[in-house]
Amino acid sequence: MAEAKSIYGNQLRSKQIKILTKLSHYPAALIVPIVILIFWEIMSRNGYVKALILPAPSGILDAYIELIKSGRLFDNLLISIFRVAQGYVVGAVLGVAVGILIGLFKRVEIAFSIVLGFLRPIPIIAWMPVLILWMGIDEGSKVAVIAIGSFWPILINVVSGIRSVDDKYLEVAYIFEKNKIQILLKIVLPSALPSIFTGLRVGIGIAWMCVVGAELIASASGIGYLIMSSREMLQPDIMFAGVFSIGLIGLLIDSSLRIIEKRLLKWNSNANS
Amino acid sequence: MNTKDSNHLPLIIKKLHKSYKIDSDTVDVLEDINLTVRPGEFISIVGASGCGKSTLLRLIIGLEKNYQGQILHGDKPIKGPSSDRGMVFQQARLFPWLTVEKNIEFGIVGKLSEVEKTKIIEEHIELVGLKGFEKAYPHQLSGGMQQRVSIARALVNRPDVLLLDEPFGALDALTRINMQQEILRIWQAEKTTMILVTHDIDEAIYLGDRVLVISNRPGKIKKNIPVELSRPRERSDYDFVRIRKEIYREFFTQEEKNLEYFI
Repeated sequence: MAEAKSIYGNQLRSKQIKILTKLSHYPAALIVPIVILIFWEIMSRNGYVKALILPAPSGILDAYIELIKSGRLFDNLLISIFRVAQGYVVGAVLGVAVGILIGLFKRVEIAFSIVLGFLRPIPIIAWMPVLILWMGIDEGSKVAVIAIGSFWPILINVVSGIRSVDDKYLEVAYIFEKNKIQILLKIVLPSALPSIFTGLRVGIGIAWMCVVGAELIASASGIGYLIMSSREMLQPDIMFAGVFSIGLIGLLIDSSLRIIEKRLLKWNSNANS
Repeated sequence: MNTKDSNHLPLIIKKLHKSYKIDSDTVDVLEDINLTVRPGEFISIVGASGCGKSTLLRLIIGLEKNYQGQILHGDKPIKGPSSDRGMVFQQARLFPWLTVEKNIEFGIVGKLSEVEKTKIIEEHIELVGLKGFEKAYPHQLSGGMQQRVSIARALVNRPDVLLLDEPFGALDALTRINMQQEILRIWQAEKTTMILVTHDIDEAIYLGDRVLVISNRPGKIKKNIPVELSRPRERSDYDFVRIRKEIYREFFTQEEKNLEYFI
């Protein structure tokens, strides 16, 4: 099978080429942020921008190192991450379960249509006062708001993944006399998996935004609280260090989910390219 | 190995009508199809696209219902899919999330022990010449190789009848000729009844014991042309070319008639 061997060979070679081109992209990707940082630093040092409003990058870096040394950053981050984990698990489990039911059964979709259509446009933050009223100012309300926030994107992507199963695959299953459970497990769910993953990834992003929002409104700990309290204490460098940590963690979460997705969905040539 | 050999059954189609309802109109797709396929026979069906030849296969496999007339496998009317009949589509329709061997395993109908399963899958991977690719995913295979997997999957239950719906239509010309030789080899080894739908006239003659020409809308069997040539057939043989001309004439008669008017 010479034909086949050369295909494997080509794949290996194209992989190497891909890595090379990826590496060559990095300098270009770094130029823009580096230019921005240098410009910003110069503006701050020359006094064009007041340090109280926008501290210099070097000042933020100092505050960062100080925050890490004192443990304030990690303590607060851990609290926030723990809240996200709790709320996200609830939101994801509900989103996947309800999504599968709605995707599979027309009747469930009809039964839920008005309720879901009514609840979905409500901004997540609008729930915050309601949840505080119900659950108090402690952990409960924050976890709940994260659960609600991550629930929606997961639900929508799961439903569309389940719906988009190719009829041609279902015909094959029908020819080979598979029952409904076999069709669900071997065809519908695997083919919905890329879409489910997209939902999970969008969901965790929103969960992370929700925790910060919740902590900004009412909290005595967490990364959102750190930002809010440093504003009150006129420590803009710490404030910015906190804001940037949020971006950094978000980026970390997203790229690790992408790696997991690539591993799990090896068969999906779209995700690999 | 060929335990089913003794009970190969004929496929009998009597006065088959099939129509679709589009809005309030009824469109006749197939009209008065009568056909008896001998066990082990290789039948080619050619027709213009949209003539209902694919519908005929979908009726035989059991994907389409609501027809008039009779479709019998042996003496049993066809009511739905059965492991006695296998089908290969134009697209391989492999599940991208399953490896080659798992895709073939999906075709197994009924309960088998793991040992039996492994053995049958191995035999069929060998039959279609894909040894060494058991663990490959479909996107790692070429179109021709994907179609081989699809053929293995369709044969894994040792069906009586294998239906081929333009199976090589999406392949390039060289791979197509290669696959035609392969299907011939498999047919000779397995003695499965084969019904091939194609719009490639050469392919129809190269493979079939006879070629059925289906007319356009509604689809009727216009002509039944036996191909009494020994295999392997040579596409440039005098008789091959003669039969090709005969079939061409079925498709392009109208232009000739027009010419007569001009003269």
